[in-house]
Amino acid sequence: MRDPLNKKIVGIKPSGIRKFFDIVSEMKDAISLGVGEPDFETPWHIREEGIYSLEKGRTYYSSNAGIKELRVEICRYLKRRFDLEYDPLKETLVTIGGSEAIDMALRVMLEKGDEVILPQPSYVSYEPCIVMAGGTPVIVELKEEDDFKLTREELLAAITDKTKILILPFPNNPTGSVMSREELAPLVDVIIEKDLFVISDEIYAELTYGEKHVSIASFPGMKERTIVINGFSKSYAMTGWRLGYAVGPEVIIKQMLKLHQFAIMCAPTTSQYAAVEALRNGDGDVGMMCEAYDGRRRFLLHELRRMGLSCFEARGAFYVFPCIKSLGMTSEEFATQLLKEEKVAVVPGTAFGDCGEGFLRISYAYSIDKIKVALGRIERFINAHRQ
Amino acid sequence: MKEKILRIIEKNSKITPEELAIMLGCSAQEVEAALAEMEIDKVICGYPTLIDWDKISGEKITALIEVKVTPQRGQGFDRIAERIFKFDEVETVYLMSGGFDLTVIIRGKSMREVAGFVSEKLAPMEAILSTATHFVLKRYKENGIVMQNDEQDERMIVSP
Repeated sequence: MRDPLNKKIVGIKPSGIRKFFDIVSEMKDAISLGVGEPDFETPWHIREEGIYSLEKGRTYYSSNAGIKELRVEICRYLKRRFDLEYDPLKETLVTIGGSEAIDMALRVMLEKGDEVILPQPSYVSYEPCIVMAGGTPVIVELKEEDDFKLTREELLAAITDKTKILILPFPNNPTGSVMSREELAPLVDVIIEKDLFVISDEIYAELTYGEKHVSIASFPGMKERTIVINGFSKSYAMTGWRLGYAVGPEVIIKQMLKLHQFAIMCAPTTSQYAAVEALRNGDGDVGMMCEAYDGRRRFLLHELRRMGLSCFEARGAFYVFPCIKSLGMTSEEFATQLLKEEKVAVVPGTAFGDCGEGFLRISYAYSIDKIKVALGRIERFINAHRQ
Repeated sequence: MKEKILRIIEKNSKITPEELAIMLGCSAQEVEAALAEMEIDKVICGYPTLIDWDKISGEKITALIEVKVTPQRGQGFDRIAERIFKFDEVETVYLMSGGFDLTVIIRGKSMREVAGFVSEKLAPMEAILSTATHFVLKRYKENGIVMQNDEQDERMIVSP
């Protein structure tokens, strides 16, 4: 029989998280600080709107780009929160979570051999999506001493004459790093001068603690070269609804819409109606969740530092990224041993790129009581293994 | 800061001032001072525990009583409300708008005890015109907490 498979696909490494998941799933009574989704349920008024849309019989396809009402609300929201102006009809595409938007954006923009600058540690999908779209990932290893932010020097050093796209993953999963207006500004000149495009993944934009999120698309000259990706999963605790969106220049969105139309048809109609309610009446929910995350974040940072782990001040998403190098173990050893000895699941930093070695991703999408129990076990583990 | 403290302890009064201080990014002394001030001002009126008594003894019974009263000159409803809430059996008293005046929630050991309280103590009061007693059959949610909550964390144990 002939080989049924595509070599490029077979060649892609499975996600490091997947590997870890297989070990964890055998342990029934493990406490997890390993998830990348909110512990809150979707606020009831949003769920109720989804149920209502089903009752009303809105069980059909929507228009390919998403229901108009939702696209209008998305654009109002982006204006209100981040001072971004987009046309709901020409520059907005509703997708199956942010993930689809990342994939579509890369596929419509990349030609074989084009290079994409990818800062790591970062979310697991970018690299395989770049490869599948025929591009070449150029990894920039973000450093703890820079608080895992991308610097102008790092960006300049990574650019070649083949560079086409920069992926900007802030607020960042897994580090919790955010980039302020002052920190983005030095990148903007380089991006414009070198004629790069930016895919700015802002899925955690609502979850920042301290300064409000700034989108790079809000800089003069950047809107025409940026695809902003966002969605409902993190800010409104709607991961299972699978709903995200991309906004950007009409020429790019138009091609993404074409691909989306052939591959997906449209995002789930029920989710779209629920999302309209989220954008219209959900600001209070976001504020409540953000405040709760912030308290847990401070608690976790304080406790990890008290245990003697260095841990930079994460100001976004719902992760902290402590350094465990002082214990003389690799990230994977630490995570595996911690699971075996104390039954606590955390994710090794290496799941988010090789430069995540020496770090762990600890999620605080858990109640403070659960975090306390897990921290007690982590402390016992650290004390037992300190050299 | 006070409001942030209140939003946390409203859900969990067992949390210590030290933990609150860490969560809010201030000192434990500041938290303690704020708590003390709010206790004095009666912003914080107590730290009770939400108990599902049904799990301990099936004997406790709760009733909600609608009470119509004649307000008294110069004192409105306050005087009669006070006479009612001073009984130990009475858990809650609200002044209402609408078809009746006071909601009284009482808890007793048996239906007979509750009935006895209504007929012996409450109904004969001079200002009270009428009462209507409703017994609680099941408590689903109280003070924002779902009583029979056996929902588990259904998230995958690790995810990207």
